Amino acid sequence: MSVTSESCVQNFDPWLSHPVRIAGITREIPGVCTLNLQFEDSRLASTWSFRPGQFTMLYVPGAGEAAISISGDPGVSSVITQTIRDAGNVTRSITGLGEGAVIGLRGPFGSCWPVEMCRGRDVVLIAGGIGLAPLRPVILQLLRQRDQDQELTLIVGAREPSLLLYPDQYDAWRRQGLNVIQTVDRADDSWTGGIGVVTAVLDRIGLRNAAETVVMTCGPEVMMTYAIKTALSRGIPRELLFLSMERNMNCAVALCGHCQFGPHFLCREGPVFSYRHLRPLMRIDDL
Amino acid sequence: MTSATSSKPRLAVFKFASCDGCQLSLLDCEDELLTVAGLVDIAMFPEASSDMQPGPWDIVLVEGSITTAHDAERIQAVRRQAGTVVTIGACATAGGIQSLRNWGHHEEFLRCVYARPEYISSLATSTAIAEHIPVDYELRGCPVNRQQLLDVILTLVAGRKPRLPVHSVCMDCKRRGTVCIEVARGIPCLGPITQTGCGAICPSFDRGCYGCFGPAPQANSQSLTDHFLNTGSTPDTLLPLLRNFNGAAKEFREQSDRLERMFPPGPNAFSD
Amino acid sequence: MSSSAAGSNTQPSTAHEAVGHGEGVISETEQARFLPRADLQILIRLLRDDGFTVVGPKLDQSAIVYGEITQVADLPIGWTDQQQPGQYRLVPRNDDRMFGYVVGPHSWKQFLFPPSAIVATAQRTGDSWRMSTPDEPSPRYAFLGVRACELAAIAVQDKVFLGGAYVDPIYQQRRASVLLIAVNCTQAASTCFCTSMKTGPRCKAGFDLALTEIDSGFTLETGSERGRSLALRLPLREAQAAELCDAEQGREEAERQITKQMNTDGLHDLLLGQLRSPHWQTVAERCLSCTNCTMVCPTCFCSTVTEVSDLTGDHVDRERHWDSCFNMDISRVNGVPVRDSVASRYRQWLTHKLATWQDQFGTSGCVGCGRCITWCPPGIDLTQEVWTLQQLARESGHGLSHEEAPEQTVEIGSGEG
Repeated sequence: MSVTSESCVQNFDPWLSHPVRIAGITREIPGVCTLNLQFEDSRLASTWSFRPGQFTMLYVPGAGEAAISISGDPGVSSVITQTIRDAGNVTRSITGLGEGAVIGLRGPFGSCWPVEMCRGRDVVLIAGGIGLAPLRPVILQLLRQRDQDQELTLIVGAREPSLLLYPDQYDAWRRQGLNVIQTVDRADDSWTGGIGVVTAVLDRIGLRNAAETVVMTCGPEVMMTYAIKTALSRGIPRELLFLSMERNMNCAVALCGHCQFGPHFLCREGPVFSYRHLRPLMRIDDL
Repeated sequence: MTSATSSKPRLAVFKFASCDGCQLSLLDCEDELLTVAGLVDIAMFPEASSDMQPGPWDIVLVEGSITTAHDAERIQAVRRQAGTVVTIGACATAGGIQSLRNWGHHEEFLRCVYARPEYISSLATSTAIAEHIPVDYELRGCPVNRQQLLDVILTLVAGRKPRLPVHSVCMDCKRRGTVCIEVARGIPCLGPITQTGCGAICPSFDRGCYGCFGPAPQANSQSLTDHFLNTGSTPDTLLPLLRNFNGAAKEFREQSDRLERMFPPGPNAFSD
Repeated sequence: MSSSAAGSNTQPSTAHEAVGHGEGVISETEQARFLPRADLQILIRLLRDDGFTVVGPKLDQSAIVYGEITQVADLPIGWTDQQQPGQYRLVPRNDDRMFGYVVGPHSWKQFLFPPSAIVATAQRTGDSWRMSTPDEPSPRYAFLGVRACELAAIAVQDKVFLGGAYVDPIYQQRRASVLLIAVNCTQAASTCFCTSMKTGPRCKAGFDLALTEIDSGFTLETGSERGRSLALRLPLREAQAAELCDAEQGREEAERQITKQMNTDGLHDLLLGQLRSPHWQTVAERCLSCTNCTMVCPTCFCSTVTEVSDLTGDHVDRERHWDSCFNMDISRVNGVPVRDSVASRYRQWLTHKLATWQDQFGTSGCVGCGRCITWCPPGIDLTQEVWTLQQLARESGHGLSHEEAPEQTVEIGSGEG
């Protein structure tokens, strides 16, 4: 599942950050914003690429680094789009900087969603809250490579309607063939979508051929656990279940030991895993 | 640093029962102090200036413990006017050396020390600030580490949350190549259960850590105490080691109390 | 940074692979050279003339530690160590051996993977930042007195820092130039169990020179081209049969003195089948979570990078420090530590060291040097804890503690390790 080829990375100093300028900031839901970043070094701008599911280390000198998933279109190389939540010192510093400011970037790192595996199969994406961010690149790529016969479904959940990520993009995705199902825990009067957890939606949606359906999920660990349980109960095989995990990342290149999860370095074998690999580990507390 | 000069955060420093050593750490910063003074509006710092401006204050540093009824009220008043409260030093975070009174006979002390004990109005205990008000950040040490104090102030000014390391003193010993004096020489040392902050000074000068930065999180003080007892240390050595600047901190207090239960003091223990 | 990296061209093949197999008989011709005791100083001088900083054993802080050696007199002549769980004592010998000790609180790790190092720097330039990584030349070390278990530990760290897609530049530079002069153990401590880990006590590969000390000097073997050319510059003579015999007896004596054992058969699966064992909590009652075992371990590699900023915030160094899986902060996600108990942290350490390390690097993370046993203040002995877990597993049926265990043990990791 390693993505970046060895010959490619051996020449790089893994600790070297590259200056990127914040070309745009979009406020999303409260506490979350999307950055458009551009390399200061134009040579990097033309060679840099990523695969859906990968992350970068964004760096504010003095505040430190944070692992942030890439949420943009893998087909667009001129800007790097990343959606971040104000969760700690680094992310708060970044959101406080504003357009024009320069931060550092290392990456991309980590494994990717199984986009190729989706050819000829139906796909269900299950996102909770900001977990939609690392799934957006896969949505954009799947919509581009979609064949007419393929059913693509996105179940997106949030605590309340105002916390749904990228709501203004759902209609465009629908027009391109994505079945977007929204669900919230608590609705307001204007809400027309579903109410309840994402797993309840997964439980009742139609699956033409469960044995040939790929599921990718990203969100709180407990949500993913239940989403996987439901998917298995619907007959989707373990091998076709994928999830994106979160742990403390420090070096992002499997040298510092922080992000270990059983035998895995989350920064290298993850963040995207096949459930087949994680199954025994997800039952152990405090691992 | 991006904060505009016109709206500099207002800093206040308050002293309760303490020796002033932690406040002096701030004054000791010398070169850096000018930078700090440029970043904050020092509204109240009696140790440094007689210009004392009323609250509210954005950042309040509190030194010292609560030992009088008056101070117990005063700290409430400070909290009401304070944005972020940072307690600094062992007195403020654990009760300090004066918390030894918590195990003593308060009235007897007053009679022994003062000619007119009736003039003295003090509590029978010395307690940490956090036992009286909600505290935002604690800066351990006797005294505090100058660099940590600066870092906390600068981090708060930058609008970030201070995050200080909480590992054991042992890790600092190992990083600097100090050989473990407990294992190699049998000197009782609180390093394994004490929070970092000092840079592991004492073991590098051939003496055991006496815990002046207080217990590390989840400190297993019982195991260490048992180990000391099993390897020949006596309560005479261990009790004063545990009942020190941070003697009233939970993990240290529990063990010194347990030692006393295991080895009850003799009839003459408090007479001399 | 050159990619003709450490461990490939200039160095002999990694010690681990070679040590892991067979007897590795030392050839007669190589064994037959001898360096008289009085001439060890010449070796030290040659190395220093060649621009190496010679690092070796010396007396300091009531222990035998590793530090710079400028002359033979710096060595711990006539001293040895006595070790048991939680205790180390420096004691005088009855002779004037220079390498008559086992292993101490330091390891060579501190020179190849320094406890603190700047990995990157950011300098403000107008409205932007210049971001760079250090390019100062790294020190050139010659290690004198490397034990077999320590050669194995270096080979393990080679896999960690150089074996993956990303290499650590600091380790790579230091490792590429280091010269390894091993000295065979002629005694063992009660905490040693290298025979169980198949890493010693004999130095079989991974060195440039390997010495065996006897009263009159050193028998010598070479392990690399660099070692051979260095040997040619030394005033060696033919070793006499009696000297070879003494040396062999010394090496055998070390092996004979090793009493501690750890059964590694099926240990990977067994430990991963015990993740929910109550025994982790039993250990946690003694464990101080103080990090000492990981700090003295010659293979532990956890680290954390922190920001060190000047007061203006315009110049920031990113400093890497040794860290430990026993620290709560290392697993902190969204402000909450994942491993929030001593039991879960001890479990992480032991299962990583002895099981998941196999999945990650194709080798055990333990070389059997016993440092974690000696330098644990309450003397927790991992071989004891492994034995207990093995007993518990046996009681609950062939190493599998739960009914789901077969899946667990089969599926965890890539498993093939």
